[in-house]
Parts: sequence; C-alpha cells; structure tokens
Amino acid sequence: MDITINVTDGVPIYRQIVNQIKYLVASGLLLPGEELPPIRTLALQLKVTPNTIVKAYGELEIAGVAYSRRGSGTFVSEGRPQLALRERRRIIEQRIDALLAEAHQLNFTADDILRMVRERQAAMDPGTTAEPAAGKNVEK
Amino acid sequence: MRQIVDVNDLSRSFGSKSALDGVSFRAAAGQVYGLVGANGAGKTTLLKHLLGLLRATTGSVRVFGLDPVRDPVGVLSRVGYLSEERELPEWMRVDELMDYTRAFHPTWDASYARELLESFALDPSKKVKELSKGMRAQAGLIAAVAHRPELLILDEPSSGLDAIVRRDILDAIVRTVADDGRTVIFSSHLLDEVERMSDHVTLMHQGRVTLSGVLDDVRRGYQRSRVRFAEHFDQPPVLETALAMEGGGRTWSVVHSGSLEQFRHSVTARGGEVVESRDATLEEIFLARAGRSRSQVEAA
Repeated sequence: MDITINVTDGVPIYRQIVNQIKYLVASGLLLPGEELPPIRTLALQLKVTPNTIVKAYGELEIAGVAYSRRGSGTFVSEGRPQLALRERRRIIEQRIDALLAEAHQLNFTADDILRMVRERQAAMDPGTTAEPAAGKNVEK
Repeated sequence: MRQIVDVNDLSRSFGSKSALDGVSFRAAAGQVYGLVGANGAGKTTLLKHLLGLLRATTGSVRVFGLDPVRDPVGVLSRVGYLSEERELPEWMRVDELMDYTRAFHPTWDASYARELLESFALDPSKKVKELSKGMRAQAGLIAAVAHRPELLILDEPSSGLDAIVRRDILDAIVRTVADDGRTVIFSSHLLDEVERMSDHVTLMHQGRVTLSGVLDDVRRGYQRSRVRFAEHFDQPPVLETALAMEGGGRTWSVVHSGSLEQFRHSVTARGGEVVESRDATLEEIFLARAGRSRSQVEAA
C-alpha cells in the first residue's frame, strides 16, 4: 500500500495514515471488501510503532471506512456514500475553522461572514439574490 | 495495562556529581518508550538501573515487580539489552557468541536467531573482533532479541550506523511489539526515529525528566507559528508562551506552548499577526525545551 510518512510537517503519524487510506478509498485505489495490510506488515513497511497502525485502523473503523473481522483482519467498508459525506464535511469544516479564526483576527463576526458568503455567492451566480450585508465591515 | 517498569523518585550521584535527580518513569506492556535528551542528560544511567548494573542512591527501581539489583537473574533472563558500546567478547566467533548467550536464556529461539543471522548475512565463523561496526550491532541485536525478551532495552541503538543497519534495528523493535505485545525502551539522538517508533516519549535534561507522556499528547501541547510584526526587531520580541524563536526583522518562527488563542493575543499586543500555525514536531519541541536553562524549564 502506497503510504508516505512525513515527520517534518507536524501532523501526527496515525492521522497521516488515516488520511492517506481515506484518499486511497475515495479515489478507488482501495476497493470495498479489500483487506488492509496486517498491522505488523504495515508497521515494518512504514517503520512506525505497531500501536500507531492499531490507532489508525481504529480511527478508520470509527469513521466507517474500514471494519475488522475478529481473527482475520481489517477490510475496506462497502458504505462509501456515507464516508464521502463525512469526509466532505470534514474538509469543509477545516476550511471554515480557518476562515473563522482569520475573521476573528480581522474583527468580523460569524454573522458578518455568513452575509459575506451569501454576497459572494450572489456575485458569482447572478440567478440568486442576497441581502446586502450591512456596515463598514464588509469592505475588504 | 500490565506495568513492566516502575521507577520512583530515583536519584543517583557519582561522587559529588548528580547524575539522576528525582526521576520517575513507568512503562506498560506492549508499548514503545523513546528516551531523548542531550549527552549526559542521564538516559544511560537510568537504563543501567533497570538492568541492575547500578544501585539506586535513593528511590526505587522495579522491573516485572522485582528489584534488579537483588534479583538479577529474575530480571535479566526476561530482558534483552543492546548497549551503545555494544560490549561483546572480542575473541568469540559469531556462532560461539550465540551459543554463549543462549546458555543464559532458556527461552532462546534458535530458529529466530538463525533467521536473523541469514537476513543480516552475518558469517557465523567470523570472530567478533573482525566485525565491522554495523555487523557488531547486528550481532549484538540478535543476542538481545533471540530469547524473545519481555522487555527490550536499546541504548542509542542507531548511533554511528548506516541506514541499512538502522532499519534492521527498527524492524526488531516493531517485531518485539507486534509479536505478542512485548515492551521496548530505547534512547536515541535521532528524533525522527523516536517520533516514528515511540508510543510514549520522555525528555531528560541534566538528570531530570522535563517532559514525559503519550507522544501525540506531548506534541499537541506545542505549536510552531510564523509571525509577522509591523516593526523590525533586532532581538526576538518577548512573547508570553514562546519557547524558542528564529528569524529576524519582521518575520519570526516561534515554537510555543499553550493555546493558540493566548499566543495570538501576545503577538497582537506586540503589533504583529500570526500568519500560519501547525503542531510542532518532536525535534522542534526538544530543541525548544533543551535550549533553555533548568530554572526556566522548571518555571514553565
């Protein structure tokens, strides 16, 4: 399985593994029902403590991406649509968190941001209308 | 989880020099413990206490619930050890070294030893004194793991070795833990190795434990941010939770602890803004913590 670990970017290793397996599933490189490598095998391949693989597989199970069969191994789940929704939400939520942090920094409230999102949407798509956002905060 | 090692308030001095000062350290079954710290921080001294090679001046040391000084056989038969110096009997041949080590360990797994000898391509008829540095480490590693010890202790196992032998050592750690959940404690200067291989990390500084915990928890407590100020600073500006700063002029890279919110406030107060933040790497945390004097570390 093609996974690369980078210890210089500050992302916990189990999370790097989780993200990359999710990507492999989402892009169809890992198919539903396919078995993930045994813990020992992947730990030897990546040169990481086996407990990190245990943790990563546990996260994948919680996220519904994988399931384990007792005594056999860990397999890719069938339920891809649900995974896709959760994954899509996660990606967008990360962006929203960053946006809110920056907004706070620049003295915008969450309501300001909501209004500005609608405005931008209206500007990009003339078919919809949006209430103009009030106040000085709206200018760049 | 079953407790394998329990060191409590251990102090040890050599003459008037304090080597360990109130060190507590615990290790549970099935986990990998990484020990980091500068030379002379006390890592080797701590490990030698676990093996019963040194006696505690004050405090207690228990391995498998036993005192390694009073019951060396009970402890050492269940422990594998590779020292940084890799002291091996020079005059023995590799196969004699294996037979010799086997005699001390009823649990010796001859087929595992043979498998490792073959995978390392070690010549059993060679004398220890004829081995290269890497081969010595490999021979020492086999002697340390072939009895499948419940606890594997490696003191700077990668020191001075090339990438291939380092990989053999990391493989041995993975196998020890993955095959029936045994325990590994290793010290290392190579922080990326510690970051990959450890479940728990302990940072030592001048005979004390300055930071210890589950690796991911330890890392979560620290961030690295890029900061831009309105004015130029010739010296790093004082920021509340900053541990280390690099850069100059208007742009600085800062390793800091605590919440990002708190850090932003102190940056804003100096007329700056946080451009970007991410979790710090173990190396950044280590350098930030080890770079400070002891009183500062204690105050933090």
